[in-house]
Amino acid sequence: MEFISFLSGWIIPLVILFILLYALYKKVPAYEVFVEGGKDGLKIAKSLLPFLVGMIVSINILRSSGALDAFIQLISPIFIKIGIPPEIIPLALIRPISGTAALSVTSELIEVYGPDSFIGRLASTMQGSTDTTLYILTIYFGAVGIKNFRYALNVGLLADLVGIIAAVIIITIVFT
Amino acid sequence: MINIIWAIMAIIGIVYAMFNGTMSDVNEAILSSASEAVTLTIGLISVLVFWLGMMEIAKKAGILDILSNLFKPIAKRIFPEIPENDPAMGYILSNITANIFGLGNAATPLGLKAMEEMKRLSKSNVASRSMITFLALNTSSLTLFPTIVISIRMQYDSLSPTEIIVPTIIATSISTISALLFDRYFYIKSTKNIK
Repeated sequence: MEFISFLSGWIIPLVILFILLYALYKKVPAYEVFVEGGKDGLKIAKSLLPFLVGMIVSINILRSSGALDAFIQLISPIFIKIGIPPEIIPLALIRPISGTAALSVTSELIEVYGPDSFIGRLASTMQGSTDTTLYILTIYFGAVGIKNFRYALNVGLLADLVGIIAAVIIITIVFT
Repeated sequence: MINIIWAIMAIIGIVYAMFNGTMSDVNEAILSSASEAVTLTIGLISVLVFWLGMMEIAKKAGILDILSNLFKPIAKRIFPEIPENDPAMGYILSNITANIFGLGNAATPLGLKAMEEMKRLSKSNVASRSMITFLALNTSSLTLFPTIVISIRMQYDSLSPTEIIVPTIIATSISTISALLFDRYFYIKSTKNIK
């Protein structure tokens, strides 16, 4: 653990150090090139804004109305049938939709059941092993103006499902 | 697809609120989440500008080329449609590297740049095969050190906050491999439909 926290504190400055040293060695006009590349960042952020506003508002309407919770209640029997513990189902369903909501559900589960309980470990693993599919598709496709996602959503959601089932199986095997 | 999902989420929310008596919550959420999205984007501007600036230096100095040469054999199999030595590959690989080390802040700008390069290659408003493969990798998560989860576990006095690292790596590998398999499957299915 000490090594990991040490590493995560050092890695970004070290990457920057390496890039700059290498640029000096290759005689690249580093500052000018930095500014030139940075302008792209501003452009991307500008085109991103409407996509994020649209998606986040829509998700929050669904959440704040209570419809998302009702939906989770409705379909949880299916998940229980395939062996996913009922306590973890809200997290499994929210994880692909909203990153911040998933994080708050994870911390709540860890707080209620304890970090070293089955549910606590499972929530920790699930939080780390999949990502917010809908958010990623929205910003990545949105930033470059892709309107037709084709089969990207199917791939993302199916992989999320596999990841969740894998987490349940692995935690069961490793800790019992 | 995304147009329908987006509209349906909001429609269901508003209609449900009519019967559930949560309309005032919805009303508040509309305003607060819109400004939350703006705050999020403003927060992104700093990392976007900084990391794309740094990566431009890395590109001009030839570091991206070194990176893509290093992983060329695997990358060519995963992204068969990206030409050899194309800058798109360098950005894809630096996004993946940043993700693996849990540098989400650095990964996003690099990923967006990779998408831009792939759009240059496809010249279309429709998602290309490479883009979907790339996003399949990103949505299945590639993180080796789930730093946020570890810090939450520490906060709640776990006896061993890091014990979930290995299970997480195994679960991530399984979800990533299955994402690549699903991606291949849907791609092959879509080519058959065209024929």
